[in-house]
Amino acid sequence: MMPGTAPRASDTNLSRRGFLIAGVAVGGGLMLSLPLGRSEAAHPESFAPNAFIRIDTDGRVVLTMPYVEMGQGTYTSIPMLIAEELDVNLTQVRLEHAPPNERVYANPMLGVQATGKSNAIRGAWKPLREAGATARIMLVAAAAKRWGVEARSCRTQDGEVIHVLTRRRLKYGELAVEAAKMPVPGNVTLKPPKDFKLIGTPSKRLDAPAKVNGTAVYSIDARPPGVKIATLTQSPVFGGRVKSVDDRAAKAVNGVRQIIRLDDAVAVVADHMGAAKKGLAALKIEWDNGPHATLTTEAIARELDQATLRSGAVAQSIGDADKAMAGATTKVEATYQVPFLAHATMEPMNCTVHLRQDACEVWIGSQAMAHVQAMAAKAAGLPPEKVIVHNHLIGGGFGRRLEADGAVRAVQIAQHVDGPVKVVWTREEDIQHDMYRPYWFDRVSAGLDEQGRPVAWKNRFAGSSVIARLVPPGFKDGVDPDSTEGAIDLVYDLPNVRVEYIRVEPPGIPTAFWRSAGPSHNVFVTESFIDELAAAAKQDAVAYRRTLLDKSPRAKAVLDLAATKAGWGQALPKGGGRGVSLQYVFGSYLAQVAEVEVSKEGDVRVRRVVCAVDCGTVVNPDTVQAQIQSGIIFGATAALHGEITLNNGRVEQTNFDTYQMLRMNEAPAIEVHVVKSAEPPGGMGETGTSAIVPAIANAIFAATGKRLRKMPIDASVLKRPA
Amino acid sequence: MVFTINVNGDAHRVDVDGDTPLLWVLRDVLGMTGTKFGCGMALCGSCTVHIDGTARRSCITTIGSIGTAPITTIEAIGATPAGAKIQKAWLDGEVVQCGYCQSGQIMSASTLLANNPHPSDLDIDNAMSGNICRCGTYVRIREAIKRAARTNKKGG
Repeated sequence: MMPGTAPRASDTNLSRRGFLIAGVAVGGGLMLSLPLGRSEAAHPESFAPNAFIRIDTDGRVVLTMPYVEMGQGTYTSIPMLIAEELDVNLTQVRLEHAPPNERVYANPMLGVQATGKSNAIRGAWKPLREAGATARIMLVAAAAKRWGVEARSCRTQDGEVIHVLTRRRLKYGELAVEAAKMPVPGNVTLKPPKDFKLIGTPSKRLDAPAKVNGTAVYSIDARPPGVKIATLTQSPVFGGRVKSVDDRAAKAVNGVRQIIRLDDAVAVVADHMGAAKKGLAALKIEWDNGPHATLTTEAIARELDQATLRSGAVAQSIGDADKAMAGATTKVEATYQVPFLAHATMEPMNCTVHLRQDACEVWIGSQAMAHVQAMAAKAAGLPPEKVIVHNHLIGGGFGRRLEADGAVRAVQIAQHVDGPVKVVWTREEDIQHDMYRPYWFDRVSAGLDEQGRPVAWKNRFAGSSVIARLVPPGFKDGVDPDSTEGAIDLVYDLPNVRVEYIRVEPPGIPTAFWRSAGPSHNVFVTESFIDELAAAAKQDAVAYRRTLLDKSPRAKAVLDLAATKAGWGQALPKGGGRGVSLQYVFGSYLAQVAEVEVSKEGDVRVRRVVCAVDCGTVVNPDTVQAQIQSGIIFGATAALHGEITLNNGRVEQTNFDTYQMLRMNEAPAIEVHVVKSAEPPGGMGETGTSAIVPAIANAIFAATGKRLRKMPIDASVLKRPA
Repeated sequence: MVFTINVNGDAHRVDVDGDTPLLWVLRDVLGMTGTKFGCGMALCGSCTVHIDGTARRSCITTIGSIGTAPITTIEAIGATPAGAKIQKAWLDGEVVQCGYCQSGQIMSASTLLANNPHPSDLDIDNAMSGNICRCGTYVRIREAIKRAARTNKKGG
């Protein structure tokens, strides 16, 4: 297939019904094309398919679509949707990376070709099952025609059509070409959940075997013939420039081939990374630090704090919060802060580029291939169709690999290199030149009536809008759907609400999505503050939340389940405490109870986390479990250790010694309980992360009486007097 | 300088400086990319290999320090009894997510199991806390090591 083009059916024999086109695939077989999740119904003339299903003459089902595998199990759960309705074994379905093409493969919920916001399954749920059912009907029709029998006298099983009476069988592969000529059925009936054979049953990850024997290929493993290895150092202050380079010692290192000076970075090209790193260490670089040379995190926090004293864009307004606040019996006020965070994916940033006179080849692991293609093309001065992008398995995404800065850097370096060059960032470079989860500052207040019930809720927060930079049309009237998710539309019955957002872009530090995005900040604030209200009302944290959930039965159900399974209310040893959190974000309801132990020195250990989730219909139960376990560890890492700070404009953290990760000896026991539901699936990749931070903070309050309103946890605050 | 190293039973001649870390010889010179780069400072364990049967961080192990000691990498660990058990337990327990750190996790777990057929939770903490997993597969790694250990004879 040509890069940059979508799979296509040949132009003859196209048959279209509703929002699906069927035809003969190039090379034979049945091809179905469909738009995933878009509202095509309103504009039938603009039919634009972005997912393609091909049934080959050998019976294999190949699905081409825009989502990427970065550990979340999408490559296993997405094929399950098709296999279920098509009646084939999961092993018969192969999923291929889509080539970069923003127009064709845009994510229906993001509007760009990207995997993020926990929406792969949410966007694919209905259309892919309908496509599977459509293909099945066409295959049956083809078999019935060949046998001269009625379609309804046939059934399907394991990739075959069976004529029940005569027990004749035909494999899908044998029928694929004829099926392509059958009329596309207008309406298809999907299986009722009770007939599901795959959906809801744990399926083995299709990508696992290669990941346990070293054969899985990530972009850092790409080795086009003749590839050189480069590493780099970028201006330690964002926005700085190279003033001078003394590269004599670096050039003398055995295996170093070339030193490349860019405006704001220096790269060493070598035969291997060992030589490149040694050369990098030998460079003497003088920097012009530019305008941000004195920037500190404290200055940024002060600016955000000040911003919340002004009114902001209204994200949500219910009733009259000011009036209700004035009439309240008790008023509770607080400010909250969360720090900048790095992604620290285990696979450091890397990208390989081979730049030729009129073409550019890129090897990368990206969550947003079309964005990479466009940005690489711009950097190379080529039209996008001249840029070939080879996507790879991703050694951790978490939002970092939605960005194309690494590809741009690699192109800039490749412009000076003959042949392919693999640019591998050191861990220090990866942490110090990340694009960070924004720093957020929140000013919240609530008014309670005599019974302690919240009659007014106000939340005004300031921070960077990632949407405004990455997907500008998504930022409207001063707000965007990500910055506000988890701060508005709370599960609680609150009669008077006012939520305001003030976009402030701090100078000298780039920001990006980070696992659980907006909710990573908002859920910490709202769930800590509702806990404060329960304390102010002198009520139990679970019981208090329950009184506010009469209009949200699914939220109440997960809260009750988590509390019961955690043994809420049972005694814990001295220094121990339980905290709860509850959220509805990414389309899933989730409650967590964290159990912590705080030592005399103030050190916090998270011993156990009990999680209850209602994510609608579960496609792959094991993936749900795995994603929640994963999200909890990711969020607990941030709560306990995560903080990127700036001093003199420089990121102070460098590697895993100063930017610490939760390790095996600190990992809590995790229990996940899933509520059975027939609702459409919710997102799972991020929801565990946002919920755990307030659950831990609330547990620390239960254990110590100290309310932590600033992350990460500061042990010195929790130290008990001797 | 030319060194001859013994990787997975094969002798390889490489011409690099003696202070070159083994990691880059494996990955960039020999093209054995199963061993991963994570930090370069022995802080994350992604680059773990076995030298003389002991888990070592190849990112800080210089080529000049190895001599003729046998090196085993993820590509060949399945040929050892403990490695095969660990790999099977990893698949049975659906441990992997992004998978990038798992070569190193499996190498650390294989040495643990080879030297300690029935590790306690504390043993697992001690052997595995040098390996970071950003996807947070720790719960499953612990279970998988225990599952693999159950296939060892009692008292063995």
